[in-house]
Amino acid sequence: MTVTPGPARSRLDPEPMPRRDFLGLASVWAAAAASLLSLVGMLRLPKAAVLASPSKKFRVSLPESLPEGAPYIPPGRTVALFRDSKGVYALSLVCTHLGCIVKSAGDGFDCPCHGSRFAADGSVLKGPAPRALPWFKVTGMAGNYVVDEDAVVPQGTKVAV
Amino acid sequence: MSSAASPPALRRFLDNLKAVPRQFRASTIRGGMPQTDRTRSTFVFGNVFLHLHAVRTHRWSLRWSTTWGLGITAMAAFLITLVTGVLLMFYYKPYPEVAYLSIKDIHFVVPTGRFMRNIHRWAANVMVVAVILHMARVFYTAAYRAPREFNWLVGMALLVTTLGLSFTGYLLPWDQLAFWAITIGANIAQSPREVTDALGITEYFDPGGLQKLILLGSDQVGEEALIRFYLLHVMILPLVLAALVAVHFWRIRKDGGLAKPADADRRLGPPPPDTYPVFTEAPSRTYHLAAIVRGKTPAVGVGPEQTVPSMPHLLYAEAGVFMLATFLCLALSLVSDAPLKELANPGVPENPAKAPWYFLGLQELVSFSAFMGGIGIPTIVLVGLGLIPYLDREQEGTGEWFGGPGGLPLVLTSVIVGFGAAGGVEAIAIRFGWLREWFPNIPQLVITAINPGTVLTLIYGAYSTWLVKRYNSTRAGALGLFTCFLCGFVLLTVIGTYFRGPNWNFYWSPADWPHH
Repeated sequence: MTVTPGPARSRLDPEPMPRRDFLGLASVWAAAAASLLSLVGMLRLPKAAVLASPSKKFRVSLPESLPEGAPYIPPGRTVALFRDSKGVYALSLVCTHLGCIVKSAGDGFDCPCHGSRFAADGSVLKGPAPRALPWFKVTGMAGNYVVDEDAVVPQGTKVAV
Repeated sequence: MSSAASPPALRRFLDNLKAVPRQFRASTIRGGMPQTDRTRSTFVFGNVFLHLHAVRTHRWSLRWSTTWGLGITAMAAFLITLVTGVLLMFYYKPYPEVAYLSIKDIHFVVPTGRFMRNIHRWAANVMVVAVILHMARVFYTAAYRAPREFNWLVGMALLVTTLGLSFTGYLLPWDQLAFWAITIGANIAQSPREVTDALGITEYFDPGGLQKLILLGSDQVGEEALIRFYLLHVMILPLVLAALVAVHFWRIRKDGGLAKPADADRRLGPPPPDTYPVFTEAPSRTYHLAAIVRGKTPAVGVGPEQTVPSMPHLLYAEAGVFMLATFLCLALSLVSDAPLKELANPGVPENPAKAPWYFLGLQELVSFSAFMGGIGIPTIVLVGLGLIPYLDREQEGTGEWFGGPGGLPLVLTSVIVGFGAAGGVEAIAIRFGWLREWFPNIPQLVITAINPGTVLTLIYGAYSTWLVKRYNSTRAGALGLFTCFLCGFVLLTVIGTYFRGPNWNFYWSPADWPHH
């Protein structure tokens, strides 16, 4: 029986990659890429586009009798408004550490959760809080004001009474 | 006309009817009752639920001191939470305030509701404890070593999933305890901002904010958060856990059963005389597994003489552990009710606001730096745990308690070092405060990098590096490090649970808490 040589290819002169292997690998990688992309697409769903929380901008009427340096906390809000001789200003009461609500105590604020202490202007005095309590933009006059919790203003910004 | 050989059709029908119970039993338990060596084998491998077990079990695996039944305890607790959880779902409604009222209904009105909720809560606690102890058992018996590296990783995933299940369940009652624990947890997810804020890049790169947004579906804990936690708690995480458990059990068997010392057979001595001898009956089938199984299998060169049939020896032991776990959960539920505080009030935090007890060690760390305590150090610990089986390629002491160079004396020394270092660092922080109190204008990044938590981690790391050199063994270092972290975890948890009062201040006793 004589051996008839096949076409001049294969072992001595192999193709870099056989066509079928290439197609197989390409389809596997295409499927993997498609799965990954669809996963990213699916993860877009739980990332809320509209937040269910109440509006960050709200109106507030300061009581005439509010003493200087005493906080006024509008019901249902985590913001304290103050009035002194230079004007009205608003401080966040949400601890910058882990989001507990700080309590006005003496000349400053105490956080009940991990013991951070803030000065009357919001600066950190003690504890793990990484940042000062932010000041929010206040507009308005004569006892009626609008506080915008989305607009942070520099410490010491007050609106004239 | 019927032939004389077979009775009339009606008679046959009645005979068959009478035989139904017997035939039904024979058709369910194929191969007959497990009374002989062969039928016991059939009993195990012919049953879809039991065939995760090997047909025969090594005597070493059945010793109490090999496992203390901790894995089965965790599994039993999981099954108990599964059953009681489904029962609670009959009445629970995941919507703020309504959720609180429905838990109240379950507690006060629903027949057996309070008992079921107690069992659910206690089984969850038993599960957390059992999983942690099980991990410690596997570590101290060096059972994570090749070929069991991957199963150690699966076990770690199970630990994280178990904690995730507990954490997500914590929010559901929607009381003050729940609301503030989850607020703190969600803000820990956001704490990478501590670093990005300090670097001033939060505007462009905010992984912390994204994590919190995905977790809560909002910027604060509300109705979206409650639905998400409910979904995670009753659907996503249980499915993940079930899949991981299946892999975990499957791998135990495929990795050659439980780890045992190389000379386990010699230590056990000859099998007791009443052991049913192996292979007295010719196997009814032969499996040519040798053709498809490659590599070093555990059974090579070892006869089956030291093994006993899994039915009844292993299965009865498992059933016993299962009953003990159930008894424990029931007894605890009769003694102590699951807590339910006032309705959640987003304006006034609990003071002190405490997470579930197993997170109080973390909360202690978080009270120094949110990012390092909540994400940085836990990540370091998890990565370190995951690397252990890949770094420790030694052989000495596999399958033995505190096996390896140094052994029990090293572990005891490490207990002292672990408690000592954690106690020392805590004492300094409690007595003298930390960097911010000493240098008020210090940048936040310095505190993030250098705080009691990171200092403690560094001390532990340095100690275990010294152990590696001292004993010339990775296992010795791992023994020291694992023991130290375990002791640190215990001490921080105890401090967080019993010695922290209002404003997270240190008090020797709750009796000293200020009243207001």
